[in-house]
Amino acid sequence: MANVEYVRDKEIPPAPPPLIEVGVIGWVRQNLFSSWFNSLLTILSLYFIFVCLVDFIPWAWGGHWNTKSLRECLDLDPNVACFSVLAARWEQLLFGLYPAEEYWRPTLTFVLLILSIIPILFSRYFRYFWFSVIYPGLAIWLLWGGSFWSIAIVYIGLILGVGAYFILSSKLIKTTSVSLLAAFIFTLFFFGFLSDFLARFLANVLPISLPFIESLKMGGFTLSLIVGVSGIVASFPIGILLALGRQSNLPLIKMICVGFIEFIRGVPLITLLFVASVLLNYFLPPGTNFDIVLRVVIMVTLFSAAYMAEVIRGGLAGLPLGQHEASASLGLNYWQSQRLIIMPQALKISIPGIVNTFIGLFKDTTLVSIISLRDPVGLASTIRADAKWNGIYWELYIAIGLMFFIVCFGMSQYSQYLERKLKTDN
Amino acid sequence: MSSSSFPEEKFRWGMLLSDTRYRGTSLQVITFIVFVAVFFWLVDNTLKNLALLGKDVSFDFLWIRAGYDINQRLIPYTNDSTHAMAALVGILNTLLCAFVGCIIATILGVFVGILRLSKNWIVAKLMSVYIEGFRNVPVLLWIVMVFALLTEFTPAPKAFKGANPEASMFLFDSIAITNRGTYFPAPVWGEGSIWLLIVFFLSVFAVLTLKRHSTKVKRATGKDLPTFWISILLLVAPVVAVYFFLGKPITLNYPFLKGFNFKEGIHLRNSFIALTLALALYTSAFIAEIVRAGILAISKGQTEAAASLGMRPNKIMNLIILPQALRVIVPPLISNYLNLTKNSSLAIAVGYMDVRGTLGGITLNQTGRELESMLLLMGFYLSVSLLISSVINFYNRSFQIVVR
Amino acid sequence: MKKISFLGLVAAVGLTAGMVSAATLDDVKARGNLNCGVSGGAPGFATVDDNGKNVGFDVDYCRALASAIFGDPMAVKFVPLTSAVRFTALAAGEVDILARNTTWTYSRDTDLKQTFLGVNYYDGQGFMVKKDLGVSSTLELDGATVCIQVGTTTELNLADYFKENGMSYEPVPTADNAESQQQYLAGACDTYTTDASALHGTRVNLENPDDHLVLPEIISKEPLGPLVRHGDDQWADIGRWVLNALVIAEEKGITQANIDSWKDTKDAEIHRLLGTGDTDILAMMGMPKNALYNAIKAGGNYGEIFENNLGATSGINIERGVNASWTKGGILYSPPFR
Repeated sequence: MANVEYVRDKEIPPAPPPLIEVGVIGWVRQNLFSSWFNSLLTILSLYFIFVCLVDFIPWAWGGHWNTKSLRECLDLDPNVACFSVLAARWEQLLFGLYPAEEYWRPTLTFVLLILSIIPILFSRYFRYFWFSVIYPGLAIWLLWGGSFWSIAIVYIGLILGVGAYFILSSKLIKTTSVSLLAAFIFTLFFFGFLSDFLARFLANVLPISLPFIESLKMGGFTLSLIVGVSGIVASFPIGILLALGRQSNLPLIKMICVGFIEFIRGVPLITLLFVASVLLNYFLPPGTNFDIVLRVVIMVTLFSAAYMAEVIRGGLAGLPLGQHEASASLGLNYWQSQRLIIMPQALKISIPGIVNTFIGLFKDTTLVSIISLRDPVGLASTIRADAKWNGIYWELYIAIGLMFFIVCFGMSQYSQYLERKLKTDN
Repeated sequence: MSSSSFPEEKFRWGMLLSDTRYRGTSLQVITFIVFVAVFFWLVDNTLKNLALLGKDVSFDFLWIRAGYDINQRLIPYTNDSTHAMAALVGILNTLLCAFVGCIIATILGVFVGILRLSKNWIVAKLMSVYIEGFRNVPVLLWIVMVFALLTEFTPAPKAFKGANPEASMFLFDSIAITNRGTYFPAPVWGEGSIWLLIVFFLSVFAVLTLKRHSTKVKRATGKDLPTFWISILLLVAPVVAVYFFLGKPITLNYPFLKGFNFKEGIHLRNSFIALTLALALYTSAFIAEIVRAGILAISKGQTEAAASLGMRPNKIMNLIILPQALRVIVPPLISNYLNLTKNSSLAIAVGYMDVRGTLGGITLNQTGRELESMLLLMGFYLSVSLLISSVINFYNRSFQIVVR
Repeated sequence: MKKISFLGLVAAVGLTAGMVSAATLDDVKARGNLNCGVSGGAPGFATVDDNGKNVGFDVDYCRALASAIFGDPMAVKFVPLTSAVRFTALAAGEVDILARNTTWTYSRDTDLKQTFLGVNYYDGQGFMVKKDLGVSSTLELDGATVCIQVGTTTELNLADYFKENGMSYEPVPTADNAESQQQYLAGACDTYTTDASALHGTRVNLENPDDHLVLPEIISKEPLGPLVRHGDDQWADIGRWVLNALVIAEEKGITQANIDSWKDTKDAEIHRLLGTGDTDILAMMGMPKNALYNAIKAGGNYGEIFENNLGATSGINIERGVNASWTKGGILYSPPFR
């Protein structure tokens, strides 16, 4: 008798999904043509992309790179781009009028900038934080040159001042504020009378110096970075103080801070830059005259400090009230609780906002072109005033726009990454 | 001997800084003194400098003849008008650009923000490119590039000439897009058109009443009245009827080519279009992100809860999502409007005569009154921004979720 | 001069505080370089070449002046200034001299308290049109759209001219020269107005110069020249006579190349000018004997400077016209050097 029983002892392997549901076709169906409306959108989008690129690609692809002037480009083929202007002027777009043999200095400054940010961004390298502290002085020395000691003396003075405070407060004077005052007076005394002499002495003993480069030689992206980075770095402490002042329960201080923040945020940056270029001379003692780049940096610092204050205030507001109360109940005084409890948390929340402020500020540095400084946009007008390149347009602006895009997009991606990272942490 | 458990502490000067009871006050006094001192120092310096230059502070220059022409103006102005008039023309131009720019930016921003959440991959990607592209390039560059685009890729008025023109007008010869700007037909208000306006406002009032009534009915009974089509009818029918009854009082004045340029009609100059459009595009990228964040901020549970109550998707959007999302969206939206207004001060790059171009540009240049012009200019921007931020504060106060 | 060295940091980026003293020359000498205010980008007058060097007609004048003072044409710091800040910058002492194609007018001389040193370029406002517009005179431009640079005297001239002649126009203001040119070429305006010389120069460089026409009318006088602050006559004299020396050098045929071959000339004025004679009259304005020799040596005489920056060799191709020396039919005329 034949055994006709059949017992399946193996599972039937699952049938593969229909071909139109998987792979490229499935993806396309699901994502692009899931309904008639979606299909319409897809087709419209594709058409739009086509229209945008159909003229642009041949124009850019066939562009000239090696001609000596716009005229030569036009003689060769007037229908394609003339990128020769970039070939001839890319160094200026990057460094402005900085002397060619010194290009390594802004380059090195930029590389060190990235290195100095690392300890701030990644907590695991925090032990290299000292480098971030000395970086600003190093950058100033590298960019402007002159004697190394004229910058180093600032650090020496500050170290001496801090040292004096610790010695005084531990050994001689019990009251914190009095020893603070004494240390402050000592520092003032140092910078007022000793620093010049000491710097000159050190420069004689151990002469380290770089050729001096005047501010007006700086331009292009170097200038954008100088203005943007120094603006953001200098505005950080001011922003913190303003934010605290705005939350303060001392009415007068609160009033001044609110007034300052609202005033700065209420007027366009261009009017502030105009003040820097035209009016600042009126506000200072007769005959005082200082560097236009420094004036612009001061104005940009004040400008971004107001925005920074609002970002940090947002961070402070994001903290539960319990944190303040808990720190107070531990017996910490105002500054201790700010330093140990409140600020570290508030700043952490504000980092994405701070990065966004920086992106905004970096983009806004293009406005200095309106007061005749030679940032990339200002350089574009200078280049267009050269008979050789008179009439050039798109090539320059597209290149400048692209460079800004790369920097800003990179930073905004980073801030979004931070936002995600901070979200999972909390 | 006193046996008090709180020993009387004698007042020492050091306590002004160390004792928390006095520190606040003494800190404020010091701040005040420093503040006033710095202020007077600045004023003193300014006066000294002005004296050295032989200048004074005077606003008389506002009342002398300006001497220059402004092409785009909302109020009558000739080169015989005063500098004050020129400033006013500039202020109105700034406000016009800001107003139109905000409207376009909002429409575009909402559109892009919603499309970015689309399930269609290519649309979502395209919108990301739009947002990142506009956000990460300086607005000054966008203004300049949009202007160049308008100049280079639109026909000159000359191209409309001749028997076989290279370019033609749109919409039955009513709109001409040229590289000098766009010309629209202008309405001519004939006799009796005031009635038309009155009827129109009456219909609007009727529609509003209907809306209120339907809400009331809905609250009471839960029934939806079909208001949409009735409202449309209410808005259109009476106006059209009166229009024909009065014998077509409003006519259109079409632009036509005469001499060098198009004549008649409304002329929107390219400088205005470029500035407004560029600002709108730039700001719309920020608005799109705000809208997206606002929609994403509403937790999915809300949608699901509404759906489980049996609501239809469009109802969920209108009644559940939007009211909550708006609370998140509106404050940053308004501050973006403020940014747009401030960015309109870059108008000089395309030669649009806004208040910075007139008062802070040509007037300042011709009269040499830097201090006064800048003060007025900053005052103007400051009052606009204070106005806008008080709107934000008002909104925040009235729509805040009341917790606990 | 007092120096604030409160922070080395600030000092390093150039905080200098000093009175704008009466003796600009002493300040310049103490500083070691001349601060010269120029345009940020005006074709032919001031711009930057491919190598990052400042070049231009105004730039070369400043180099001549620096060369006269220091014997080194490179001892100049060029400060780019917008038309809005130029007078303030000069008044505040930010620059020692302003050579920024600035028109000499009565109110600038008196109300703004400047001293013009002379005219280094005679100009006048003109109009350029496309030939197919069918216009042959400015008076036919009624109703035209006019491209114009903002912040210049040309705006006021334009308004006045059209008003006088009972015509209407529509201004299209632009930020700079290159922008105007672009608008004009695209047809966004019917005519482009600016200084006539610049128009001629622009026209020659257009793709088809024969399609364009510079109308014959000149509607204004635009004498351009360098200027200094009121109140320092010695400094003004130096600037004025460096300019004059360049003009005289052209009259006499002294060039950058042949300047050393004039030692044996019988012309006493040349000896005085180049400091090769016995009398040292340059001391009268506090300058070394060979100051003007150096000035001419720096970039050549007026004619050479013109040729290199505005003329045929520059590619801008502006004709000398009225800016030719009076000996060649122009109106360029220097007072005698004695």
